[in-house]
Amino acid sequence: MLDSEVPATSKNSSVISEADSQRTLYPYVTGTSVVGIKYKDGILMAADMGGSYGSTLRYKGVERMKPVGKHSLIGASGELSDFQEILRYLDELMLYDNLWDNGNSLGPKEVHNYLTRVMYNRRNQFNPLWNSLVLGGVKNGQKYLGTVNMIGVHYEDNHVATGFGNHLARPILRDEWHENLSFEDGVKLLEKCMRVLLYRDRSAVNKLQATNITEEGVTISQPYALKTSWNLAAFKNPTVGAEGSW
Amino acid sequence: MDLNSGDLNSPLSTGTTIIGVTYNGGVVLGADSRTSTGMYVANRASDKITQLTDNVYLCRSGSAADTQTISDYVRYFLHQHTIQLGQPTTVKVAANLVRLLAYNNKNMLQAGLIVGGWDKYEGGKIYGVPLGGTIIEQPFAIGGSGSSYLYGFFDQAWKEGMTQEEAEQLVVKAVSLAIARDGASGGVVRTVTINSEGVARKFYPGDSLPLWHEELEPHESLLDILSTSNPEPMVS
Repeated sequence: MLDSEVPATSKNSSVISEADSQRTLYPYVTGTSVVGIKYKDGILMAADMGGSYGSTLRYKGVERMKPVGKHSLIGASGELSDFQEILRYLDELMLYDNLWDNGNSLGPKEVHNYLTRVMYNRRNQFNPLWNSLVLGGVKNGQKYLGTVNMIGVHYEDNHVATGFGNHLARPILRDEWHENLSFEDGVKLLEKCMRVLLYRDRSAVNKLQATNITEEGVTISQPYALKTSWNLAAFKNPTVGAEGSW
Repeated sequence: MDLNSGDLNSPLSTGTTIIGVTYNGGVVLGADSRTSTGMYVANRASDKITQLTDNVYLCRSGSAADTQTISDYVRYFLHQHTIQLGQPTTVKVAANLVRLLAYNNKNMLQAGLIVGGWDKYEGGKIYGVPLGGTIIEQPFAIGGSGSSYLYGFFDQAWKEGMTQEEAEQLVVKAVSLAIARDGASGGVVRTVTINSEGVARKFYPGDSLPLWHEELEPHESLLDILSTSNPEPMVS
């Protein structure tokens, strides 16, 4: 039997030594913002492909969005090893769902609820999964977009974001999102957010994927990069008139 | 020196340089040979490339005790797995076993690992398993404290579809560059090349490596320099 897990509490000994009880950890390899919006036909989600190691932009080909079953898509920021473990939990969840073989399948609302329970219970044990998750999907014409983070805070909305996206993307979305966005307008809106994140988030990398979920299914785009704008007069000679400033 | 608290922006790096590179036909793994306890070099000729199976090897960085123990467990499990499977294990399975141990014991371990090998299904493959237990398949991987000095080098020098000679030269050059700048890396460069034909170990002693900026040709003694040069070699 693979005895690689250290139990959270020591059941057999009378003394709980420090090695037995797990404490809050720190993240090592992390992903940055995920942004998601509802649009006319379903959900659009975007995330870059960066895996940072502290301040080093170490991995540049990490897929931070993955399909879950037929109806949902999960996007994650935070510790990548914990996201990989969450994907394994979801694989198991989907397997048991399929074993029922009764024509029913877990929709995005149910998956979001499952994740919320997992995240909140881990938080209660002081052993969180260090992630902020976005869960989106469409089932029977109903669009769903929710988020849950490492402390168990969860909600659904027409547009959600994690990490820096909360501060930089959501204001843009509050202003410019509206019901029944077309696919093109939705993508442009997401890219507007991602570009701002690229300018202003130190851990952003210019290699991203955009994902689309509709009733038909999930499509993840190939990796691509965004053009950035640097040709502003104010950028060319910023310290003229105030030498020594920046 | 408390590395674990405080600034979350500075990654926990670990004394060593380790590299794994794929080429058309297999993989080349490379490492330095310095094991340090604090400022003292405990072993100047250590072997950080450890065998897991006939076709899968592991580059170890971080705590020597942790990585040796992980590799011992994984070697044990893989041995049983090979018997049950009836054929050589795949690199993917080996890497995922390493990940399992690294992830589930993340609070107690300090191990940055690179798993590399060859199997008949996928050919040569490299998997990085950094601190925390993330598993990430890459065309090449670098790790250890010396790797900080190699990100730029690989961004420029790496290309897809190298030959075995090109890949080996790249690895040796890279480890050598890292040794030049990283105090925690040094000694010799060891490489292990794994392909369909098998495994080949190579050894590059310190004096066979190229010299970099501000490094001088080594001599036996000043006296040798004095005897060969002009009458006024000792400049006041």
